[in-house]
Amino acid sequence: MRDYFLKFWEGLYTIMIGMKVTFRHLFVPSVTIQYPTVKPQLPERERNRLYVNMDDCIGCDQCSRACPVSCIEIETVKSTPGDDLGKTSNGKKKALWVTKFDIDFAKCCYCELCVPPCPTDCIYMTDVYEFSEFERDSLLYDFATLTQEEREIKKKNFKEFQVKKEAEKAAAAKKAAEAKAAAQKEKPNAKTDKPTDDKKGTD
Amino acid sequence: MIYEWLYNITGSSILSMFVVSLLPLFVFILPFALLAVLAERKVSAHMQDRLGPMRVGYHGILQTVADIIKLLQKEDLVPAATDKKLFNFAPLLVFAGSYAVFAAIPFSSIFIGSQIQLGIIYIVAVTGLVVAGILMAGWASNNKYSLLGAMRSAAQIISYEIPTLLIILTIIMITGTLSLYTLSELQTSYFWNWMILGGPATGLQKILYIPLMIIGCLVIYISTLAEVNRTPFDIPEAESELVSGYHTEYSGMKFAMFFLAEYANMFAVSAIVAIIFFGGYQSPFGYLGNAIGLHWLVPIEQFFWFTAKGLFFVFVQMWLRWTLPRFRVDQLMAFCWKYLIPISFVILLLAGLISLI
Repeated sequence: MRDYFLKFWEGLYTIMIGMKVTFRHLFVPSVTIQYPTVKPQLPERERNRLYVNMDDCIGCDQCSRACPVSCIEIETVKSTPGDDLGKTSNGKKKALWVTKFDIDFAKCCYCELCVPPCPTDCIYMTDVYEFSEFERDSLLYDFATLTQEEREIKKKNFKEFQVKKEAEKAAAAKKAAEAKAAAQKEKPNAKTDKPTDDKKGTD
Repeated sequence: MIYEWLYNITGSSILSMFVVSLLPLFVFILPFALLAVLAERKVSAHMQDRLGPMRVGYHGILQTVADIIKLLQKEDLVPAATDKKLFNFAPLLVFAGSYAVFAAIPFSSIFIGSQIQLGIIYIVAVTGLVVAGILMAGWASNNKYSLLGAMRSAAQIISYEIPTLLIILTIIMITGTLSLYTLSELQTSYFWNWMILGGPATGLQKILYIPLMIIGCLVIYISTLAEVNRTPFDIPEAESELVSGYHTEYSGMKFAMFFLAEYANMFAVSAIVAIIFFGGYQSPFGYLGNAIGLHWLVPIEQFFWFTAKGLFFVFVQMWLRWTLPRFRVDQLMAFCWKYLIPISFVILLLAGLISLI
């Protein structure tokens, strides 16, 4: 009998305690925020969408190589002697036209591994995290500042330059061959190897 | 009485009857349901340190209006394998059951749908329609969750009607009236005349009544809470077990009918507790209208006090909902049969003995 009443009293008493707790919470300021209008305070080193400042990019391909999921694709074309590419903000001379700088954010895992290798600090994380799309293709961001025609022109320029140079070299080599021994021939050959590789890539 | 007043103006008994019967719906139940659904969401949100609906109107005030518009626009879906007649009739019956209760509830001394002498018994009896409607909905849905919910609901409502009735019987025994109007009038003038503080009795009798009435009030509050299937006792629509119980298959306006009935029931039950133990429409300390000589103000004040008391108990229901977890079925039955019923029997007996003094 005593147990019965004790149980009854305990039930009532614990309900009262619970009600006290919930009533106190009625006046506690809410912990949620009104998201699209009020944005949460992000941590200091948050990792969100990448941004590439193309004015500073020297097209060194370091970020692309650091990327564990290969979401950065870079193609460059060497500049021809007459081109003026300007300088980066930390005073480095640019030597390459960046004809392609695509980051596929559908692949990107936001690891920030591409940021430290950059010699000019031109690739970095921004605080933009709202960029959902309906099409997966629209997540492919093109950062290269050159227009499509300009890119073609640069490629063409470089090809023409190459052809010209090769012709010059061939002429020079002929001269050299005529003039000097065969040992000196290997040097220009080694030099011409690299650009031809590049040309294959661009094709 | 509003009916007589309308009859004198219009001269048509049918018209005035019609208006009086629709008054509680449009003056009270619909606005109350709109407000209570919003309040429920807001109260639950703030108790969980959230904000709740914030977009529609200032702090989401128009949220329920938008919800109603959405429900009205919805397609009236009737699943193929249902018993169509019963399926369509059940929400009407449930709503009729909970609406009929309002006919006997005195909102103020001039605003009673019908001044039945058997008011309290009528209310208890007509609530039985809700059980029938719920069972009908559960059976006609042809869905195991609906049927389980309906069976549980029937078992629960029938069990918990016993302690409710026993406490009501105690009050009837003390006051000697079944009419809710007379019951309210008995508890007039000041709050120490309320039944929770012994009612109109005097001297030793009153002092002896007080503890009985407080326990009785707790018992009736708990058992009526169970009768309207609110949270600690919401096993008929336990979301985590039965999808949403007997109205799983309903959508659109039919679902809205169940919802409206649930909220109307919530208020009806709170109103019964307020009428029986807290003086109904009586003010706790005299009327302003009487004090300054504007007697037409008194019914309005009474309406205010009645709704204030009712809404307070509705708030307590919500408060309990967001405080307590759900009962298990066996716990629910054990609580009713082992605790509430013996206690209410003892109260009945003791009150009978005290009334002999």
